[in-house]
Formats: sequence, C-alpha cells, structure tokens
Amino acid sequence: MTDEPVTSRRAFLAGTAAAGAGLAASAAAAQTPDPLITEVQEWASVFGDPVDATPYGLPIEFESHVVRRNVEWLTESTASSINFTPIHALEGTITPQGCAFERHHSGAISLSKQDYRLMINGLVERPLVFTFDDLMRFPRQISTAFCECAANGGMEWGGAQLEGCQFTQGMIHNMEYTGVMLRDLLAEAGVKPEGKWIYVEGADASSNGRSIPLEKALDDVMVAFFANGEALRKEHGYPVRLVVPGWEGNMWVKWLRRIGVYHQAVESREETSKYTDLMPDGRARKWTWVMDAKSVITSPSPQAPIRHGKGPLVITGLAWSGHGKITRVDVSVDGGNTWTPARLTGDVKSKALTRFHHDMVWDGSEMFIMSRAVDETGYVQPTKQALREIRGLNNVYHNNGIQVWWVRADGEVENVEIA
Amino acid sequence: MSKSPDFPTILLVTGWATAATVAAFIFASTGQKAAEPAPAPVVKPAETAAAPAPDPAPAPDPAPAVAEAEPARAAPVAEPAASATPVSLADIKPLGLGRAALPEEIEAWDVAVLPDGTGLPVGSGDVETGDEVFGERCAACHGDFAEGIDSWPVLAGGAGSLTDPRPVKTIGSYWPYLSTVFDYIHRSMPFGEAQTLSVDETYAITAFLLYSNGIVEDDFVLSNENFTSIVMPNAEGFYVDDRPVTEYPLFSAAPCMENCRSAAPQVTKRAVELNVTPMDPDGKPAGTLPVITLAATGTASDPATAEAAPATETAAAPEAMAEPAPVELAEATPAPAEAAAEPAAATGDAGDLALVAEGEKVFRKCASCHKVGDGAKNGVGPVLNGIVGAPMARVEGFAYSATLADMGAKGGVWDAAALQAFLENPKGYVKGTKMSFAGLKKPEERDAVIAYLGTLK
Repeated sequence: MTDEPVTSRRAFLAGTAAAGAGLAASAAAAQTPDPLITEVQEWASVFGDPVDATPYGLPIEFESHVVRRNVEWLTESTASSINFTPIHALEGTITPQGCAFERHHSGAISLSKQDYRLMINGLVERPLVFTFDDLMRFPRQISTAFCECAANGGMEWGGAQLEGCQFTQGMIHNMEYTGVMLRDLLAEAGVKPEGKWIYVEGADASSNGRSIPLEKALDDVMVAFFANGEALRKEHGYPVRLVVPGWEGNMWVKWLRRIGVYHQAVESREETSKYTDLMPDGRARKWTWVMDAKSVITSPSPQAPIRHGKGPLVITGLAWSGHGKITRVDVSVDGGNTWTPARLTGDVKSKALTRFHHDMVWDGSEMFIMSRAVDETGYVQPTKQALREIRGLNNVYHNNGIQVWWVRADGEVENVEIA
Repeated sequence: MSKSPDFPTILLVTGWATAATVAAFIFASTGQKAAEPAPAPVVKPAETAAAPAPDPAPAPDPAPAVAEAEPARAAPVAEPAASATPVSLADIKPLGLGRAALPEEIEAWDVAVLPDGTGLPVGSGDVETGDEVFGERCAACHGDFAEGIDSWPVLAGGAGSLTDPRPVKTIGSYWPYLSTVFDYIHRSMPFGEAQTLSVDETYAITAFLLYSNGIVEDDFVLSNENFTSIVMPNAEGFYVDDRPVTEYPLFSAAPCMENCRSAAPQVTKRAVELNVTPMDPDGKPAGTLPVITLAATGTASDPATAEAAPATETAAAPEAMAEPAPVELAEATPAPAEAAAEPAAATGDAGDLALVAEGEKVFRKCASCHKVGDGAKNGVGPVLNGIVGAPMARVEGFAYSATLADMGAKGGVWDAAALQAFLENPKGYVKGTKMSFAGLKKPEERDAVIAYLGTLK
C-alpha cells in the first residue's frame, strides 16, 4: 500500500494485518485459555439493566458508529440538506427509522396528529378535508418499499469521490409501511374526467411539491402513517407521508398536506430546475421518475474493511429496482472478468431492497469486487462508463452504475474506478 | 467552504472536483454574471401564449404521452408489478369520510401556479420595486444581482452554459416556465421565512428576476394579465424521460459471465486522492466499523483495547447519538438548564430559561446565515459565539461593511442596547450593513434572541 496519509492509520493497519494473519492458527488451536471463558465475567454474575431502564430503547453503546452522516461541504444549510444511511453497517433489508437518511428542504417539522389536515381539491367532484382520525378509518394496506434519492451517487458522476457506501449509495432506505391507498382517498373526492395529474405537497416551509400522473396515483401510491411497525418518525414525515414505490425519493412528500388534481403537471421547482437530468446536448430529460435497477456491495467496503485475514469471507450487499423484483445479482471479485450469481437471501419483494450474499474463500490477495443487479424486466445494471457515454457528466441524478471496491491485501478497501 | 442549500446543484458543479475548486468556480461565475450580455428578449405577444387558461380539455402532455412512447418495454407508469389490473376509481365505493373543504381553506392552501396560468392570483409588480424587495429579502443569499453568495443558488446568467463542463443552471438559462418562479417564490421563499411575501411583492421579484436575466427591460411591469405571454429562454430545453427507448434496450442483453475482460483491471480513479470524505478522528472514513476481531482471538491486550476507545468516544459525543438538537434544546428542560446556568450573569430562573428557549426558536430566522456552537464557521454572516458584550466587527475572517468596521474601530461594543437597536432596524443602525435581514420588529423577539445569544460562548 502506498502513500498512507495518516500515520495512525498506517500503524493501525499494520496491527490488523498481523492479527489477521495469525487468526487461522489461533482459531485452530488456542495456545492459552481465553479468560473471557475461564474467568467469571461481571455480566455473568450480577444484574443487568432492569426492565423500564429504557422505556424506548436505543441501540447499545457499542453500535454508536451506526448513525446517519452528513457530508458537510455538500450544502450551505443543514435545514435544506441530506444525510446518509449507514448501509455499510446494516444487514437484512429493513432500514431502522432512526438511521434512515434524511432529506429536508426546510427542516423536519413537528406536526401533531391533532393539528394535521389533508386537503384534496382541484378537479374533483367534492373538495375534502381529512383529519388524521379520518385517515385511520380507511382500509389499511401494508407495503415494503425502498426510497432512494434521485441524487444517490450523484457525487460520483465524474469519478470516484467518497470513501464508503454510506456516502456513495446511502441516500436510500427501505421500510415496511402501513397506510391507506391514495386511490381510496381520491375515490372519496371523485376525480373529474379532465383530472390527469395529482400534485402533492407538504406542510413544511418548503411545501415541496411534485406532480404525479393519475395512473401511478391509482396504482400503488400509499398515504402512510406507520413505518416498520411504529409511527413515522418526525424526520420521515410524521404523522403522514406519501409512499411512491419505485420512484425517486423527492416525490415521497413528507408531512403531506394537500393533494391537488389538475389537467396537467404543475411543473414545480422540484420537477423543472431540480430533478431533471441535463444531457450532453444541453437539453434535459424531465419526469425521470423511475429508479432503475442498482446494487452495491455493503461489506467489504471502505468503512467495512476485512479484518479477519484470508479464509472464509462473506460478501454482502443490497440490490433494488424501481421496475419490480430483483431476479439476480452477479458478483465479481476480479474486476468484472468473471461473474458468479450471488444468493438472494430472504424474501424478494417488488420495488424493495433485496439482500444478497456471496460466500467465498479469500486467498488474501488484492481484489476488485463489484455487484451487478438484474431485474424482472431483464434490465442489467450498467457500468458507470456506459451511463456516461449516453448521459455525459452533468446528469447529476439517477447514477445507478456498478460500484467497484478495491480490496487491498491488508483488507482495507477503497472506492475506485477501473478500466 | 462552498455549500448550497440545494445539494444537487453542488453535486453538479462538484463532479469529482474538490470543494475548493467548486468555490473557485462559483466565485468565477459571479463575475461572469455581471459581464454577461443580456439574451435576446423573448417576450411574445399573447397569440403564442402556452394555452388559454380556461380550457381544461387539451392537456398537451400528461401521462398518456408516456404510455404512447412505450417501446419494447412497459413504460414506467404502466408497470403493473403490484396491482394486476388497472384501477378505476369507479370501482371504489366512497366511505363518506372527511368534510367539504371550504373556499377560504382552498384559497389559503392551494397556491399552485401552473404554466398555463392556472392558479395565478390577481396582482402586479414592476422591476424597480422587485429590485428593492429582492435587496431586502433575497440578496443576503442570492446576492444583489441574483448572482448567488457563496454557493447559494445563482438565479441569473448562465445563458449558453448548459453544455459546458460546469453548466450554470439559472432561471434564465434553465427554468422552462415562469410559473415555476412565481409559484416557488410565493410558497417557499425567503428561505426560513416562507409565505411572508405578498402577491404583489412576488410579481415584483419575478419581474426583477426576468430583468436580471435580460428577458425584459427595466420598465417592465409583470401582472396576471401579461404573465403567460412570457416565454422563458429554455422553454424548449426539456423532453420526457426517454430511457425506455434510449437506454433500456442497450442494458437488457444477457450479461457476460466469463472472460469478460481483455486485460487486467487498471485503477483510473481513486477517491482517496480527493480527500473529501468525512473522517473519524483516527483518519479513517467516518463510520468505519470498530475492530472486534482481536478480542475474539484471545489477544485482547493492546490493539483491541486501543481500538475500543474511538467507539466509546463516539458514544459519549451527544451529537452522534441523540436526535438533532435544536428543537429538543428549545423544549426539553434539562438540557437548556445546563446551558443557561453557566452564564450566571444572565441569571438562572425559569423565566430566563423560557426566554432563552424562545430565543433559540427566533434564532432560526438567523441561522441560515449565522452559525453558532462548536466548530461554527463564518457563513453569509459571521459566527455569533460570544457576540453579546463583544467588540463590534471583531469576528476573525469575516469581511465587515465599512460602516461596521469603523464602528468597531471606534470601540463600539455589542451590548444589549446596541443589539436591540441593530436587530430592530439593521440598515438604520448600521448604514450599509451587509446584513440584509429586515430585522425583528417585535421587542419580545429581540429580548429572546439576545438572551439566547448570551448563552453562546
């Protein structure tokens, strides 16, 4: 390894490598008895915390590194900014609300259920106002869906920039929502024949609004109030947010306050000046709502280096598609020369995160590890270079290119691009 | 450091440039704005106006257009992954829930303005008035000429830059519809003071922004009458998502599984060389998993113990674990009790605590420009730690207005009286101040925010 910038890091790496090399031997035959086994530990003798010590629990202190993180230089104000899910440290598919990325346009507001109102107006037969209590009386549905910011990976358009999938792919979360279908609310108001679009907006100071074609609104869009079995957290739109499966996160309006029905798209700021994709000819794609198939290896990754040395190694990662189910994820450890289908572990759900695992024996040499998702439409996750050839470098959004991690012989991992 | 409230913008300009080069670029583009020649005016007579408002039938490009364009693959809208059959609202029986929305309520909440003029309120505003209002309410972030301070959004200029390596996407160079400008200003601006601009002020600011972009002359008056006659320069610059045609077929071939490379991989880009990733104190990428393997192998002595330290540190750092502080601080009693107890001069009874908490809320109006707390850096305005009782114009690294620098040189001090006067009428108290905040007109808000500032050391 060359040019390690920080001496403490270098020292640390040396220590790790040595320990890793010794692992196989020590595991096979421990030289000295392990005091953790032979001596009675404190926790094995006296009481732990009583019940009610934490009426609502937080993760144990040993997991304090598993938090959302901001990239400070990205934005001028944290009230209109984003942070990133620590996907390098999570397993399975469900993202806990407490560490699921946040994107606010004017800060996360405190809006009580008592003060909550939802209006449906515009090209409807009966303009209506619902209270939170009203919403609780509609038939409920449950749906698991990923929510990915269209700008996830946006910093990587020009080349590898940030060290860690938390920063390069972490504008995503996946929750199980309970709520009511938007179509049931629209039926209550009665959409006039000339109503072709809905416009959804939030109650916060930005009142972020997006237009959604009626077909999608009637298909799988949900007005949700529970996530992962509990009320939405404040930063995720308490008490009510929109869930727009498979479509870019900007449309998942939080603190949902109004649904307007219109004959055309509103063409709001968030769907013209932002969330449009500038192409090399100077024109821009608009209404690029769907998040195409994508995957990333979450471990090993720059924030999750290999510390156990050579031998059995679990490669784990996430895959998802806004078009439906993931059907296959291929993993390569040689920079894309050879690909092997990974195991899709657990249930595969449409428009939701899918976990994959690839179990291998690492010989301790350098690797370029990559994953490639395939969805049920047959779409194969492209390389970043393939995307750039079509879209240039100014596209900003929808970077679903293949991520390459460079695993060094000492187990440290770097974000790189290869040719 | 260069930042933007709209991170996609910064992503765009950043590419894989470092933050420093972004700052340089934005600075450069500021100059470019002033020099840029005005693009040809594109005010068109009424006959080319997008579509007469009252006709609901045409719906030129709603969703069906997407469905039509559908090639080999189902278009996004039509993807039926979840529900098998298209849903018709006629199949759903209403439950009779909710109540009728009253006209006053609809008027209050439905402020959307569409490209064809739907929703446009009656009113008007001229460029000159817009210039004044913009200077007062918007220029603190966007600059007097809409050129953008630091990396707050640039609103003018950028014409012809959309194919550049670093395009400047402004209202003039990028935004396709004027309705978007009006709608967004009226509902969301100023940042942190949304919904405080009147309809006429919004028309005036919109007129000023048209002028700043060379689209109208300086005597222009914008109103609901002539609004839809304005065609934005980049109106034709957008087309509906064509990935189903231009990308999906290319990316749907059976992928290569073996012997896919002709040569061994060569590293072409390394993120580590840019050094822009947030770091933990030990120099590793922030959030790197702690070492646990050494303890497990029975050599729990040195490195493992050493490595346990960072984790504990992080656990102790309140900002790492706790929910974002601002609101809690303002509401929960215990935390402010400690914060406010320290400046004993400011006393410590319950009334003062409430005042401090109130002040922290008021301070949100200031927070987009002024940073406080540990590690705060100068932004649009100077850091305000320890400002109460401090000499004027003393914050290091901030370029003060000449007036304020002079007041500081003459021994001026930010005592309570001076802060009261300044906050009540910034431009009156410090002629030529860079702070374009309109001021806090309510005495109780000034009292509260000064009490809060007094707790910041």
